[in-house]
Amino acid sequence: MNVAESFNYWAVMILMMSGLYILIAQGNLVKKVIGLTIFQTSVFILYISMANITGASAPVISEASSQTNLLFSNPLPHVMILTAIVVGISTTALALSLIIRIKRAYDTIEEDEIHDMDAQ
Amino acid sequence: MMSNQLAILQVVIPLIAAPLCLLVRHAKLTWLFALTISALCSVIALLLLQQVTTHGPVVYALGDWQAPIGIEYRIDVLGAYLLTIVTSISTIILLASSSINKSELSKQKQPLFYVAYLLCLTGMLGIIVTGDVFNLFIFIEISALASYTLIAMGKDRRALTAAFSYLLVGTLGATFILIGIGLMYMLTGTLNMHDLSVRLVELSQSRTLFTAFSFFIVGVCLKLALFPLHWWLPNAYTYSPSVASAFLAATATKVAIYILLRFIFGVFGQEFSFSALPLQNILMTLGIVGILVASTMAIYQKNAKQILAYSSIAQIAYMILTLGFNSHNGLLATLIHIFNHALMKGALFLALAAVMYRIGSMEIKQFAGLGKQMPWTFAAIVIGGLSLVGIPLTVGFISKWYMIVASLENGWWPVALVIVFGSLLAAVYVWRIFETAYLQTAHEPNKQIKEAPLRLLIPVWLLTLANIYFGIDVRFTQNIAELATQSILGSAM
Amino acid sequence: MTVFVIISLRDLFASIILMGVYGLFSASFFALMDAVDVALTEAAVGIAVSILLLLSTLSFTGRAEKKSRQKPFLALIIVFFTGALLVYGTFDLPPFGSATSPAHQHVASYYINESYGETGVANLVSSVLASYRGFDTLGELVVIFTAGVGVISLLSTSQKALKTNGTTNKLVAPMTTHHILRIVSKMLIPFIMLYALYVQFHSDFGPGGGFQAGAIFASALILYTLMFGLQATLAITSQSWLKFFAALGVLLFAGTGIISMLQQHNYLNYNVLASDPIQGQHLGILLVELGVGITVTAVLFQLFISFTGYMLNIRRPA
Repeated sequence: MNVAESFNYWAVMILMMSGLYILIAQGNLVKKVIGLTIFQTSVFILYISMANITGASAPVISEASSQTNLLFSNPLPHVMILTAIVVGISTTALALSLIIRIKRAYDTIEEDEIHDMDAQ
Repeated sequence: MMSNQLAILQVVIPLIAAPLCLLVRHAKLTWLFALTISALCSVIALLLLQQVTTHGPVVYALGDWQAPIGIEYRIDVLGAYLLTIVTSISTIILLASSSINKSELSKQKQPLFYVAYLLCLTGMLGIIVTGDVFNLFIFIEISALASYTLIAMGKDRRALTAAFSYLLVGTLGATFILIGIGLMYMLTGTLNMHDLSVRLVELSQSRTLFTAFSFFIVGVCLKLALFPLHWWLPNAYTYSPSVASAFLAATATKVAIYILLRFIFGVFGQEFSFSALPLQNILMTLGIVGILVASTMAIYQKNAKQILAYSSIAQIAYMILTLGFNSHNGLLATLIHIFNHALMKGALFLALAAVMYRIGSMEIKQFAGLGKQMPWTFAAIVIGGLSLVGIPLTVGFISKWYMIVASLENGWWPVALVIVFGSLLAAVYVWRIFETAYLQTAHEPNKQIKEAPLRLLIPVWLLTLANIYFGIDVRFTQNIAELATQSILGSAM
Repeated sequence: MTVFVIISLRDLFASIILMGVYGLFSASFFALMDAVDVALTEAAVGIAVSILLLLSTLSFTGRAEKKSRQKPFLALIIVFFTGALLVYGTFDLPPFGSATSPAHQHVASYYINESYGETGVANLVSSVLASYRGFDTLGELVVIFTAGVGVISLLSTSQKALKTNGTTNKLVAPMTTHHILRIVSKMLIPFIMLYALYVQFHSDFGPGGGFQAGAIFASALILYTLMFGLQATLAITSQSWLKFFAALGVLLFAGTGIISMLQQHNYLNYNVLASDPIQGQHLGILLVELGVGITVTAVLFQLFISFTGYMLNIRRPA
C-alpha cells in the first residue's frame, strides 16, 4: 500500500483523533463542542477525499463538458456530506444553548466543577 | 390508493404535524393534536402489520425512483412489529400527559414539548421503516435532537447536564455510524440496505468492511446504552419530564436494538457478523456483566426513577445477551422481551409520573405510607415490579422463560443461572419501593395525599393490564415474534 | 497543524478563531476536490454559523478555560485505539483518486449518465439532493427545524423583554459610532441578500441551493441587527413570524410530496407536478429548495435572536 497515496487518510486520522481527544479529555464544555466539531469535519474530509477522482471536474454538466466527455466527480458523497454538515451545525446550536443554560444554572462550565456540584 | 401509501404516511403524518403544532399556541390544543396524530399513527401501524403478515414485506419507492437510485422504504414483520409497539405506547402515554405536563412544565413550554415529542416520534418511525442507510442516519439524528430537547425540559438543573452528556455521546455514536456508512459505500457504491446485503457478501475478507462493521456497531451500542457505554442513560431518564422518561424508556432503546438486528442479521449478514469479530462472546459477556452490574447499582439508588433507569440498562443487557446466542430461540427471546419490556417500563414510568403528580418528588423516602393513600397507583407499580422480576402471569415471566429456554438449549447452565440471579436482584430493588410504600408509616399522617386522578389512572392501568393480559395470552407476541425471527434468519433481507 | 494548537490553547476565543481557520482550510480543500457544493455549504453554513454561535456563547461564558486536573490516560488510549482501527480499515480501500473504485460505479454512474435526461438539471448534486434523494433532504430540513425548536425551548425570551432590553442594553444597541462599518454594511446588505437569492435559484446550474442561500440571507439579517441594533430588527419582524416561516418552509417541502400523492403517485414524485416530466422536475426542485431556504433563514435568524435575547435578559441592568 503506497503510503504517499494514502497520505490523505493519515491526515484525516490525525484530525479525527485530535477532535476525539478534545471531546473526551478536556473539561471545558465549550472546548468539548469544538472538539466534536473538529471530529465531525474530519469525517467529512475523509468522505470527500475518498470520493475524489483525479482529473475529474465538479459534477456540473455544461455545454463544454458534454461534448468532450469529461470525467465527473461522484455527486453522491457530496450530497451526503452536505446533509451531514447541516446536521452538524444543528447539533452544535443545540449544544451551545444547553451550555448557556448550564452556565446560568451552575455558574460554571467546567465539567469537573459541575460534577462536584451534582454529587452534593 | 391509500393502502399502498400507508408506508410513507406512517412517517409523513407526524412529520407534517410537528411544524403545524408549532403554529398552535394553546397548550391543551397542542396536546389534543399530538394525541390525535399519535392515535392515527397507531392505526396505520396496525394496518401495516396486517398487510405485512398476510402479503409479505411492503416496499415503497420514494419519488417513484426505484432503489438503489432512489430511497426505498422496506417494512417486514420485524419492522411492523416495532412500529406497532412504538406507536401504541406513544398514544397511551400521550393520553396521560396533559395533566402531568401541566404540573411539570411552564405554560409556554408545553406546546413546544408536544412539537418535540412529535419530532421524536417521526424520527423513530422513520428509522424503523427505512431501507436506506443514509436515510437511517438522518432519522436517527432527528429523534436524537428531539430527545435532547425533551430531556432538557426537566425542572431540575441536572436535566441540562444530563441532556448535554447524552448529546455528546449520541453525536459521537452518530458520527461513528456515519463513518461506518461511508466505508460501506466506498466498498459497494450503494446506500440501499438490501443491495448492500447482497454486495457485502463477496467482500467478507476485506479489512475495510471489518472497520466499517466495528464503527457502526459501536456507534449503535452507544445509543443502546450497552454496558460499558451506558453512563448517559440514568441521569437522562431520571431528570427529564415524566412523560419524556416514560416515552423514551419504552421506545428509544428498542429502536436502537432494531437497528442492531437489522444490520447484524440483515445488512452485514449473520455469517460475517459473528465471524469477523468474536461477536457472540463479546455480546454475551457484556450482556452478563451488564445485567449484574446494572441490577446491583439499581439497588443502591435513592431515587425511584433512577432505580428504573438502571433496571432498563439491565433489561437491555438481557436483550443483547440472548441476541448474542446467535440462535433461533435466542433471537425469539430478544424480540419477545422488546415487546414486554416496553409494556413494563411504560407502565412503571407512567405510574411513577402519577406519583410525581401528587407528591412532587421521586425520592424513595417520600413514598412512605403512600401504598395506602394511593392504592390504585401503587397496585399498578406492584404489578409492574412483579413483571420486572418475572413472576408467572406477567409478561416478565414469559420473557424470562424464553431466555432460559434459549440458554438451556445450548447447554449454557451458567447463563441461565445468571438470568435467574438477575431476577433475584430485581426483586431486591423492587422490594425497596414496596417496603417504603406499604410497610412504613407516612411522615405526616395528617397530610392528605389523594389518589391520582382518573385520567392518569386509566392509561396507567391500560398498560398494567396489558402486562397481565399478554402474560397469559401469548399468542400475539409469540406469533409475530416467530414470524419476525424467521424473516430475519431466513433470507438475506 | 491548527488542531494541535487548539488542544493546547486555554484561551477559548483564540481556539474559536483557529477553528474558523480550520474550517476555511476544509472548505478550500473541498473546493480543490471538486466538491463545490460542499465547499459552499461548509463555508456558509458550517463555519459561519458555528463561529457565530460559539462567539455568542463565549460572550456569556467567558474566555478562559481552567487547567485540567486529571491525567488524560484513558482518553489517549481510546483515541489511539480508534485511530488505529481507522487506519487498519483504510488498507483495503482503493488508492486516492482512482476512477474505477466501486464507489464510482453502480449508482453514481447512473446519476452521471441519466440525471440530465431525467431531471433537466445540470448540477448533478442538486438533482440528487432535491429529486433522487429528496426525502433525505426533507429529513435534513426537519433536523434543522428540530434544532430551532430545541433552542427556542431552551432560550426563550418574551417579545416584550426583547423590546425593552433592546433599547437599554448596550450589548444590542446600534453601533452608531462605528461610521465606517455602518456605511459599508448599509451598502453590502442588499447585495448580500441579492446574492442569497441568486444562490437559491441558481442551484440548477451551479453550486447552490436552499441551505446555502438560507444561511447567506440569514447572515444579512444578522449583520443588519449587529449594526443597527436589536430594536431596528424587531421593527421588521418578531419571533412569532420567525416561527411561522420556519414551519412554513417544512410544510412547503412536505406539501409538495403530498401533491404527488394526490395525483395517485408516490410521495415526492415530481414528474407528475406538470404536464411534462422535465417541467415537473424543475418545478418540484424549485418548490422544495424554496421551502428549504425559507426554513433555514428563519431558523438561523431565530437562533441568533434566541441566543442574544436570552443573554440580554440575564444581564438586565439593575
